[in-house]
Amino acid sequence: MYAQVLDQNDSGVKSREDMSEQEQIFQARIDAGEKIEPKDWMPDAYRAMLIRQIGQHAHSEIVGQLPEGNWITRAPTLERKAILLAKVQDEAGHGLYLYAAAETLGVSRDQLTEMLHQGRMKYSSIFNYPTLTWADIGAVGWLVDGAAIMNQVPLQRTSYGPYARAMVRICKEESFHQRQGFAIMMKMANGNDAQRRMAQDALDRMWFPSLMMFGPPDKDSTHSTRSMAWRIKINGNDELRQKFVDQTAPQIEFLSLTCPDNNLKWNEEKQGYDYTDPDWKEFFAVLKGNGPCNKERLGARVKAWEDGAWVRDGLMAHARKNAARTVAKGENENVQ
Amino acid sequence: MTQREALFEFLQHLGDNTLILSHRVSEWCGHAPVIEEDIALANTALDLIGQAQMWLGLAAEIEGAGRDADALTYHRDSWDFRNLLLVERPNGDFGKTLMRQFLFDAWQALMLEKLARSEHKQIAAIAGKAIKEVAYHLERSGDTVIGLGDGTEESHARMQAALDDLWPYCGEMFNLDERYNALILANILPRMDDLRARWLSKVTDIFDDATLVIPTDNFAHSGGKSGRHTEHLGHLLCEMQVLQRSYPGAKW
Amino acid sequence: MSSEWPLWEIFIRGQHGMSHRHVGSLHAPDAKMAIKNARDVYTRRNEGVSIWAVEALHIAASVPSDKGPLFEPSRSKVYRHPTFFDIPDDAGSM
Repeated sequence: MYAQVLDQNDSGVKSREDMSEQEQIFQARIDAGEKIEPKDWMPDAYRAMLIRQIGQHAHSEIVGQLPEGNWITRAPTLERKAILLAKVQDEAGHGLYLYAAAETLGVSRDQLTEMLHQGRMKYSSIFNYPTLTWADIGAVGWLVDGAAIMNQVPLQRTSYGPYARAMVRICKEESFHQRQGFAIMMKMANGNDAQRRMAQDALDRMWFPSLMMFGPPDKDSTHSTRSMAWRIKINGNDELRQKFVDQTAPQIEFLSLTCPDNNLKWNEEKQGYDYTDPDWKEFFAVLKGNGPCNKERLGARVKAWEDGAWVRDGLMAHARKNAARTVAKGENENVQ
Repeated sequence: MTQREALFEFLQHLGDNTLILSHRVSEWCGHAPVIEEDIALANTALDLIGQAQMWLGLAAEIEGAGRDADALTYHRDSWDFRNLLLVERPNGDFGKTLMRQFLFDAWQALMLEKLARSEHKQIAAIAGKAIKEVAYHLERSGDTVIGLGDGTEESHARMQAALDDLWPYCGEMFNLDERYNALILANILPRMDDLRARWLSKVTDIFDDATLVIPTDNFAHSGGKSGRHTEHLGHLLCEMQVLQRSYPGAKW
Repeated sequence: MSSEWPLWEIFIRGQHGMSHRHVGSLHAPDAKMAIKNARDVYTRRNEGVSIWAVEALHIAASVPSDKGPLFEPSRSKVYRHPTFFDIPDDAGSM
C-alpha cells in the first residue's frame, strides 16, 4: 500500500571527488538510468538504505491489513465483503513481494519481521489511526491508497531492479483499490443522513493523516538528497503532497463533502490548491509510538507471529522428515 | 412440507455452510502464521463467499418471496440458519481452523460431486463450478493437516486436540433428514447412503499420514440443519449483520 | 536450527503459450507447498496455467562482472539479425 520515507539516515551526497572509482562507476550507471541488480557491486550505504526503505514499505503493507481487516466481518453486503477481503489480501501479497525484494539484499524476512516487532523498524504512520465506521473503508481506499499510488507510481523507475519490478506488479494490482474506495464514498455520500454523516466524519479524520503520508516538508527534511541521487526516492515530499491535494480537492466537491481544512482554496497563480499543513508534532508523536492504535497494531502483529510459531515449525519439521524418508527410500532401493 | 419448501431448506443448508465458514475463515485475514497462509486462507474465504452467493441466490429464487442472497444473509435470525454446527465453531488456533476446514472440505467435495449430477440444472451448474474450488481446498487443508500432524511434538498434540474437539460435530453431516426425501424421489438430490463411508475413508487416509487417531466416542451434536444452533452463531450474526440491521433500507 | 521456510523462485506460464516467466519469490517448507503457495499468491488474477517452483539456492546465475565477456561479443554479430540484409521490395515477402 505504501512507502513513506520515515527515518533514513541520509547524510547527504558525496561529491564526485570524494567517491572511489567504484562509487563513481556506480553513480554513473544510476545517472544513465541503468538498473542495479542483486549481484552487482553497490555501496554499503545504498544497500542499507534500500533494506530500510523496502523493509518499512513491506511492514506498512502487512500492518496496513489491520485497519481495513477490522471491517471484513462487518461488511454490509456479500459483494462488499468479497471486494474488501480481496483487497486486504492484495496488501498481504504486496508485503510478500516487497519482503522478497529486500531478501535479494542479504537480509531474511524473519530478520526484518523481528526488527519490526522490536520497534527497530517502522511502518507508515497512517495505519496507527482507527477505522471507526464503514465509511472509513471508503476513505482508506480513496485517500490512503490514493496517496500511496502517488508515491508508488514513480518508484517503478527506482534504481534497484527487484524493488522496481515489485512496484510494477504492485501498481498494477493496486489500481482497483482506490476506485473501490471512492465507489464506497459515493454510495455513502449519496445515502441517508447517517451515511452522509459517516462519510463526512471519515474525511474529517483521514484528511490530515493522509497528507502526512508524504513525509515532512522538504525544507525540514535533510533526508532526501542522497536517496534522490541514488534514485531510491524519485520526487520531493511537497511536490507529491501538492499533487495529491490538487487531485483530491475536486473529488471532495464531487462528493458534496466539506474538507476539514478551511484554507483549502484554488490558487490561480500557482495553478494549484493552497492548503494547511498537517500538524507535524502529531506526525512525529505517532511515529514515535504515541498514536491512537500503535500498541494494538504492533501487538496484533507480534501475537500473530508468536501464535504461528508452532505452525511454521511444524510444517518445516514435516518437510524435513519427508525429505529424510525420501533419501532413506532411495538408499534402500540402491542396496537392492 | 412441499417440494419447493424442502428445496428452499436444502439450499439454505448449502449456502449457510459456506456463508458461515467463509465468515470464520475471513477472521484470519491479517493474523495468520505466515503471509503465504494468510493469502491462501483469504482465497478459501473468497471462494466460499462466492458459493454462498450462488446457493443463497438460488434459494431466494426458489422461495419466490422477493428476497435475494443479501436479504437471506443479513435479515434472518439464527433459528432460520441451516448450517452445520461444525462451521460456526470458533476458529481456535490455526490447527483447529485447518482441521475444521479439512473435515468440511472432505464432506463438501463428496456432496458437490453428487450434486453435479442433479437433475436440477441450476444446482448441477453451481456444484460444477464449486467442485473445482473445493478440490483445491481439500488438497490444501489435507496436506496441512498431514504436515502439522506429522510435524513437531507440539503441532501433533495441537492437531490431535483439534480433532478430538471437532469430531463430535461431524456426525451431523450424515444425519438423514426425512424432509429431503421428496427431493431424492424427484432426482433433485442424489441418494446419500454412501456419503458417510466415503468421507470416513478419505479422512482416515489423511489421519493415517498425519499420525492422528480418530476418537472412539461416537457422540454427535446436531441441530444446525433445523435451526438449533450453538451460542456462537448469535454472536457471529451480530457482527455480520450489524450495518444492515442498524440502518434498515440503506444502500451500501 | 532456524525454522524459516526456504525461499523459492516462481515461474509461471500464462494462457498464450509463452515460456514460463519469473514472477517472484515466496517461502514454503517444501516443493509441494511451494507450488500451492504460488497458486495462491501469483495466480489470483487468472495469470497462469502452469507453475514451476525452484528453490532459490539451486539457481545458478551469471556474475555481473562477467557481463562484458558473456554478452558483448554477440553485439558485433550484426549479421544474425534480419535487418542486416538489404533485400529489394520487389523480391516479395521474406
